[in-house]
This record gives sequence, structure tokens and C-alpha cells, in this order.
Amino acid sequence: MRAADAFIKALEKEGVEVIFGIPGGAILEIYDALYDSNIRHITTRHEQGATHAADGYARASGKVGVVFATSGPGATNTVTGIANAYMDSSPLVVFTGQVARHLIGNDAFQEADITGITMPITKHNYLVTDPKSLLRIVKEAFHIASTGRPGPVLVDIPKDVSQADIEFEYPSKIDLMGYKPKYEGHPMQIKRAVELIMKAERPIILAGGGVRISNAQKELTELAEGIPAFVVTTLMGKGAISEYHPLCLGFVGMHGSKYANYALSESDLIIAVGCRFSDRTTGNASLFAPNAKIIHIDIDPAEIGKNIRVDVPIVGDAKRILSQLKKMIEYKQRKEWGDKVKEWREKYPLKYEKDGFKPQFVVEKACEFFPDAIITTEVGQNQMWAAQFFKVKYPRQFISSGGLGTMGFGFPAAMGAKVACPDKEVIDIAGDGSFLMNIQELATCVHYKIPVKVFILNNGYLGMVRQWQQLFYKERYSATCIGCEKMSFEKIAKGFGAIGITVEKPSEVEDAFKLVKENYDVPVVVDFRVDFKANVLPMVPPGKGLKDIIEVEV
Amino acid sequence: MKYTIAVLVENKPGVLARVASLFRRRGFNIESLTVGTTEREDLSRMTIVVKGDEKVLEQVTKQLNKLIEVIKVSDVSKDAVERELCLIRVNSPPEKRGEIIELANIFRARIVDVARDSFIIEITGDEDKINAFIDLMRAYGIKEVARTGKVAMVRGGKNGK
Ligand SMILES: Cc1ncc(C[n+]2csc(CCOP(=O)(O)OP(=O)(O)O)c2C)c(N)n1
Repeated sequence: MRAADAFIKALEKEGVEVIFGIPGGAILEIYDALYDSNIRHITTRHEQGATHAADGYARASGKVGVVFATSGPGATNTVTGIANAYMDSSPLVVFTGQVARHLIGNDAFQEADITGITMPITKHNYLVTDPKSLLRIVKEAFHIASTGRPGPVLVDIPKDVSQADIEFEYPSKIDLMGYKPKYEGHPMQIKRAVELIMKAERPIILAGGGVRISNAQKELTELAEGIPAFVVTTLMGKGAISEYHPLCLGFVGMHGSKYANYALSESDLIIAVGCRFSDRTTGNASLFAPNAKIIHIDIDPAEIGKNIRVDVPIVGDAKRILSQLKKMIEYKQRKEWGDKVKEWREKYPLKYEKDGFKPQFVVEKACEFFPDAIITTEVGQNQMWAAQFFKVKYPRQFISSGGLGTMGFGFPAAMGAKVACPDKEVIDIAGDGSFLMNIQELATCVHYKIPVKVFILNNGYLGMVRQWQQLFYKERYSATCIGCEKMSFEKIAKGFGAIGITVEKPSEVEDAFKLVKENYDVPVVVDFRVDFKANVLPMVPPGKGLKDIIEVEV
Repeated sequence: MKYTIAVLVENKPGVLARVASLFRRRGFNIESLTVGTTEREDLSRMTIVVKGDEKVLEQVTKQLNKLIEVIKVSDVSKDAVERELCLIRVNSPPEKRGEIIELANIFRARIVDVARDSFIIEITGDEDKINAFIDLMRAYGIKEVARTGKVAMVRGGKNGK
């Protein structure tokens, strides 16, 4: 059987439903084989779009996202998407075509050493040098991408390998000598954690993206209620507990609320779950939660103690460990702590200036109109406003590029999320700058009838950078004015065959949202011409501790 | 502080690049790195000497363990036999030959090549011994030095696996 046909059969066995990609010479054999398959293929307009779409698909569905790209430029175009997935532990398998084996190393047409290039940004990668190993590698790739701490795996397939003749023998078992993820937490450490929890007077849970990955929302919420402990989340952790839950204090860190940052800083016990203590979350690490003991639950042992000292490390799967902890702890009232947090919450709510047309207002209204929608974001101010003002209910509702901070991620990711969840409204909350970075995928959305919505908070600037220039570079606005208010996203959208709407003032927002609702089946781009001077606040300046926070003056 | 770690890996193409890339990317400082096959054809052993504190050692170990092809990482800084091989080309004018041969004998080094006016001397041993020998040879004029970097194995019954 032709290796390419066996390969597609293997993908069917893995349960692959959809592939995002763009064909080309080196991967033509595989595309030819795909022609006979029922697997859906979405031809994006850029390989970066394909990779982000597969990533969005993976985050929304919990399944592995699959990408096809040809050799050389096709492969290198996937690099940003792969790095993005790597930083946020998203399971992807990227298949790239490669020049024929005898040409490798000769600078052949469209040759790039993509395994070399992606080594530092993949969980693992393969160059298939023997057709007989192809199916085993496919099996391993899906296994590695989706187990333990998930991540992207790249498989580079030379053209002559996909043309070779092989038997279809799909392995049922996998034995990787050096890869045995550990799921059960160590009983001794769990016991020590329980002791610390019972002793704590001011406990708090810091929930990260690992809670979503291990599908542990229920377990986390029950543990929080059982202790009881307040919960703060990282950006990736949004949805680890419903943000409407009374114990949830929303997200912390550089742009977290003052009360969430205070509560984390003043706690005497932090139970960190599936989070990696990124500098955006901790602020200056040496000033982080000085009086707190720290329990750190993570499936990746290398995360423990990497950025922040840890008192009790528990390596394993969050879902299992949280439910074990829940069974072993007892409820204990901690009234003083509860009152204190309540006081902060009332004293320092999230707020913004109300004059003019504020982006925060758009996000707040969007949350009212589309409370169950999946929200993706671009990167910059739009992302932080979405994190602050869009309250999410369920774990895979908020999809954002956390680790790499990739402008241009949100829109293709929305496309992937919509493919994964066709019954959900999917909205990309965008900046004008970011949206332009993968705007070509509008063509894909229109062509395949993937009706995502894009809400552009158009401030005509690379807003977040402008904000830093204002606050830390003496208002020297070098290279951040991009002038999008002078062009028409409405017309651009229409040009692509989507619906475009321009909104100039707050009073028009509701009507625009109603129009969006009426057009459930069509891609819609709404250009909100917001006040360009709006800043994301509160803010912990870089290098400062979490309590050293700049607030809005209203 | 210097640590010596023994890394057992699958003997596959690209593994060395993966390990080296990990060190570079994470900013770990490699002092030396040696690789060779083991008693099993499908496995290789790397001996890596890395500079840093205990925190660095911990991260190096954990990050190496994350690589799919890495089977076992052990800190063999203590209680291990460590050896390095070194080749030295040194000037050997006729009137000095006797001295050099004598010194080589004291260090249990071997002269493996004799040219008209130079020797190549082979020496194995721990780092200090080799450094000491190189220092002695300087007096005669060293033309070239090639060192392998360390290989290490834990003493006694433990097989480091
Ligand atoms: C690909 C990429 N390039 C550059 C940056 C640096 N950067 C971070 S935020 C930002 C501005 C984003 O502008 P826009 O998308 O208009 O969003 P806003 O901040 O105005 O909401 C830039 C340039 C980045 N994060 N990603």
C-alpha cells in the first residue's frame, strides 16, 4: 500500500476529524491520499493560520489539533503557531512534507531543516527516514502530544517516504523507554499538603491552564468550597472555576484586579494547580507572597521550583490530586480572612473611566449579550480587557495566547474553536493591529462558512505598546501609531464576503450586538472605534511586586 | 560549582543536537560533553559537566528528563570514577627527549607518535592530573592539545542506570 494512503488510514484510526493546512509539492502524495478520506480538510490562507486554528480547535475541544504543511516555506510558516502551542501546552501534531531523502542536506528546492528549527519549540519531533517506521511514528506523535503535559509534536515526512510501498500495520501499543508520564500524586506529599491546608488561616488557590487541560473544574471548585479557599487564576486558568462563583476572585498578575493581587500576596498558603508561575503572574518573584507556604501541583516536574520556591511539590494529574485532597480535608471557618478579602473586593473593584467610548464598555456589554460564547483574544490591551471584563463560566470558554503572546492568534484560533464547537457562538476580541496579522483567514471563514465574530477594539495604535510608552518611556510614541481609524474594516470584511459593521459610539453598541446575534451563520466583523487613550489598569509595573499596583483614578 | 551528570539516552540520530540545544536554549553552561555507545547497541551514554549551583543542577536534570529519548539522568558528581583522555603534541629537541619520556612515565602517559622534533603523548586520568601534566609540558613548548572531556561511572555495585 502506498505509504501516504496508510498514513491517512492511520489518522482515521486516531480519530482525526479535521485537518488545517495548505498543500504543496513535498506533501502532495499525502493530499492525494486525503482525497479518498472522509477527514475534513480546511485549507487556510496561511500556514500560521492553520497552526493557530488547530491550536484553537485543540483548546476548545480537548482533542489533538492536526496541521499539514508542505516543506520549506510551508513548514517555516508554522513555526510561530508551534511555539505558541508549546508555550501554552496545547496538543498539536504538525505533519510537514520534506524533500526526498536523497536531496536532504543539499539545499534542494523548498528544503528547510524544520526538525532542527523546531527542536526548541516542540515537545518532540521526528524526521521519518524509513517508510517502515512511519505508522509507528504517527502513533507515537499523537501519544506524546496528548499525554502528560501536552504539547506540539512535528513529523517531517520526505516525499519519497510518502511514495514508498508499506504494509498497513498500525501498532496498538506504545513503548517509549524514556517517556512515562506520572499521573498519581505521591501519597506522602498529599498528606503533607492536607496538613498545611488544615493549618492555614488565609488559604488561596492559584489555578492555571493545567486545570483546563486535566478537565478538573469540578474537582477544583469542590476543593475550594471544601476548605474553603478563595480562587485566583492565571490568564490561562480563566474558567478553572466559574467566575460567577462567590469564591472566585478572577485573574491575578500584572493586570489582575487589586483585590485578587492583594489576596494572593497576603495569603499564608497558596495551592498552585497547573500553573508555571510566569513572571506576568507573580510580578517580581523575590517579592512574591512573602508569608505563604506553597503547595505546587503540576504534571511536569520541571515546573516545580523553577520560578518560585515550593514547600510541598505534588507531581501528577490535577484532577486526581484535587479529588484526593478534597476527600482528606475538613471544612474550617476562617471568618477573619473572608472578611478581609470581602473588604478589598468592595474597596478596589475593577473600574474604568466612563467618559467617551471605552473599550472596557464594549467588552462588558459583550459579556452581557454573549455570556456563553467562547472568547478568543488577540494580544495586547484587548486581551487584558477581555480577561478583566469578560466573566467566563466554563473551562474551555476563554482561549488566549498566554506564554508567547502572539498577535494574530485569536482570529484563526476562533476559527478552529468554531470548527470544534459549531453550536457555540465564538467571538475573537481583537486589537486592530493583531487582527491585521492574520486577517487573510476571513477568506477561509467565508469560504467554509465558519461564522466567527470579530470585535475589534480599534484604537488606531499598537495599544499595549503605546501604553508602555506613555507610562515608562516619557510619552515618546515611537512606531506605535498604525492609523487603523483611517481605513474601513467594514469594507474590508465586505470585500472578503463577510458582514462588516462600524460602531462609533456607546449608544450603537447594543444594536450592533443584536445584528451579530441575528447573523449567527455568517462571519461578522465589528469595528468599534474606541477611545485611543484608554489604558489597561490596574497594572503592576514590570519588576515590581504584586501589591505595588497602579490604579485607575476615577 | 561543577556537576558531572551521566545521561543514558536512546541511540538515535538527533539526540545529541536535542541535548545540546536544550542547554543552549535554557542558558545552562556546559563545561564538557562526551558521548559514546554503551554495552547495549540501542543506548548511548553522555557525560556532561555543567557549571552552576544546585538549582541549576535540578533544572538541568528535570529538563533533560523531559526529552523523550532520555532514559535516565544521574548526578555522578560524588563517588564516581572520572577520566579524560588527552593528546599533546610537544616539542622534543634531541637534548630534551629523555626528560620528556621520564616525565611521561611518571604520569603513566604514553608516547604514541615520534616525529623528528616532536612527540604526541597520550594521557588519561582525572582533570587535575591532566592539567598538571600539561603544565609540565609547557616548558618544552606545546604545539597542540586535544582533550575529550570527561567520562564518568559510579563506583562500586551501582550501575548508574
Ligand atoms: C507577533 C507579535 N509582534 C509584536 C508583539 C508586541 N506587541 C505586544 S502588544 C502589541 C500591540 C497590540 O496592538 P493591537 O493588536 O492593536 O491591540 P491593542 O493593544 O491596541 O488592544 C504589540 C505590538 C506581539 N505581542 N506579537
